[in-house]
Amino acid sequence: MNILTLVRQVPDAEARVKINAQAVDLEGTTLVIDGMDEYGVEEALRLRESGAAVEQIIALAVGPKRVEDALRTALAMGVDRAIHVETSERLDAVALSRIVAQIAQAENIGLILVGGQEADWDSQALGAATAERLGWPQLTWTNELKIEGDVLTGRHDVDDGNESFRATLPAVVTTQQGLNEPRYPTLPNIMKAKKKELRKDDLSQYGVQPMVRYVNAEIQTRARRNHMIDGKDPQAAAAQLLELLRNEAKVLS
Amino acid sequence: MILIVAEHAGGKLGKSTLEMVTAARESGREGPITLLVLGSGVAEVANASAAYADQVLVADLPELATYNAELWAAATAQIAQEGEASTVMIGGSRSGREYAPRVAVKLDAPYLEDAIRLTSSGSALQAQRYTYLARVTETVEAEGPVIVVTVKPGSFAPAQAAGTAGEQYDVELTLPTPRVEVTGKSVEKTSRVALTEADVIVTGGRGVGSPENFSAYVEGLADAIGAGVGATRAVVDAGWRPYAEQVGQTGKTVQPGAYIALGVSGAVQHLSGMGKSKHIIAINKDAEAPIFKVADYGIVGDVNQIVPALIAEARK
Repeated sequence: MNILTLVRQVPDAEARVKINAQAVDLEGTTLVIDGMDEYGVEEALRLRESGAAVEQIIALAVGPKRVEDALRTALAMGVDRAIHVETSERLDAVALSRIVAQIAQAENIGLILVGGQEADWDSQALGAATAERLGWPQLTWTNELKIEGDVLTGRHDVDDGNESFRATLPAVVTTQQGLNEPRYPTLPNIMKAKKKELRKDDLSQYGVQPMVRYVNAEIQTRARRNHMIDGKDPQAAAAQLLELLRNEAKVLS
Repeated sequence: MILIVAEHAGGKLGKSTLEMVTAARESGREGPITLLVLGSGVAEVANASAAYADQVLVADLPELATYNAELWAAATAQIAQEGEASTVMIGGSRSGREYAPRVAVKLDAPYLEDAIRLTSSGSALQAQRYTYLARVTETVEAEGPVIVVTVKPGSFAPAQAAGTAGEQYDVELTLPTPRVEVTGKSVEKTSRVALTEADVIVTGGRGVGSPENFSAYVEGLADAIGAGVGATRAVVDAGWRPYAEQVGQTGKTVQPGAYIALGVSGAVQHLSGMGKSKHIIAINKDAEAPIFKVADYGIVGDVNQIVPALIAEARK
């Protein structure tokens, strides 16, 4: 079986996000492989290390030239090869799932791993949309995963708690914190990664059009009152806070 | 029609459903507002739904007793097609955002995810949504005979009941066999109000000191003022609290009227889950904690001293 692991490149969580010409401007921003996708890369490696019959682990990224860096990180962590569909066009998750599904079929993929929510779009849609296109089951927000033969078992979070599950491959799994601790690429592995295949595809090969137009982006910060209450006298501070919550903010009765 | 898939639990119509009715009324999209109730033994929910919609479609089937992404997607897409829906609205819960993309693919429709505002211009539907860990508000737009939208909980006012009750109709569905088997389930029950429905939330971070303090202060204050209980990732990772209480990027996103953060430092990932709360109140002994930058009311001080005083004062 081959595993496809999807990789996005996003701003570091602590990085400041700038807007320029009504769009997010990532120029000069520290960019990293999306943390949630990193759990997916790590899980693919662990599944192989734990004895699952994994032939190849392939990392896929769709985006501008710079996303090569995120793919190099995945290669240095241990994936076997990478595919980069290079485009500066911004594709929504449903359109993007069309590319992922085509590659999954062409590469004989049995398991797709993707982050539960991307830190750039704040979207949870890619895994589910891809699963539907392929006619595969999906497990979202997974924090425990095992493969025996073609049976996938594990645990994932749902609205009101968590569930243990069982499904037959092929499947799409979305990953999250708790699943594993991603490894750091070592220097020898970073050197080795330079020799691994990083295939470049053109978006036009996939016949995909965006289905959503991006109109505007702005940073809206709600003006906060920033009313600081002196905490030296706990009784007085508590009384004052409750008075403000009841009579000024009117959030308590 | 505007097809809204009702969210309900324990025989009650969820607040998010009423919020979607408002979103539908404000969206400018065409057609009667139709609520689709999926489940088993849902007569009560269907009756409650009638007050908010032009019509209610009910699929009361044993196969739908528990949520399943493939079943919910198949049912929703089928009804949307048969009813020639212009818009399909699904709640922005974890499950809603799980099956909505499948509905969009089935209908070959554009998908606007986690909308906080909806407006129409001509045949296009514009949605505002948060991106970049909720640090950016983007406007996106889609056109088509049908558009699938998820609505972020807490973003619209719950609808008032309409003057006349909508007619109820039973629908027939052709459902697939689900391919995921649930082999066990752990429901994290709480006697308190659900986080995503709560008007007031009290959340504790590592700064409260210990699991015992968490119970005494965070739960104590929540009970004194009738609030839901939240926790930061650090607290959940430390095993003090269940994951169901986690607020933030990898937990729940909440938007209550008041969010009271006790001993919470305010990492970006946490802010992305609660930063849109109407009022933020922070109590932390570290005056430099980032949470104070987004706070409406802040007290620099020891949770151990201030919260017991708050609880006593609130009970007066």
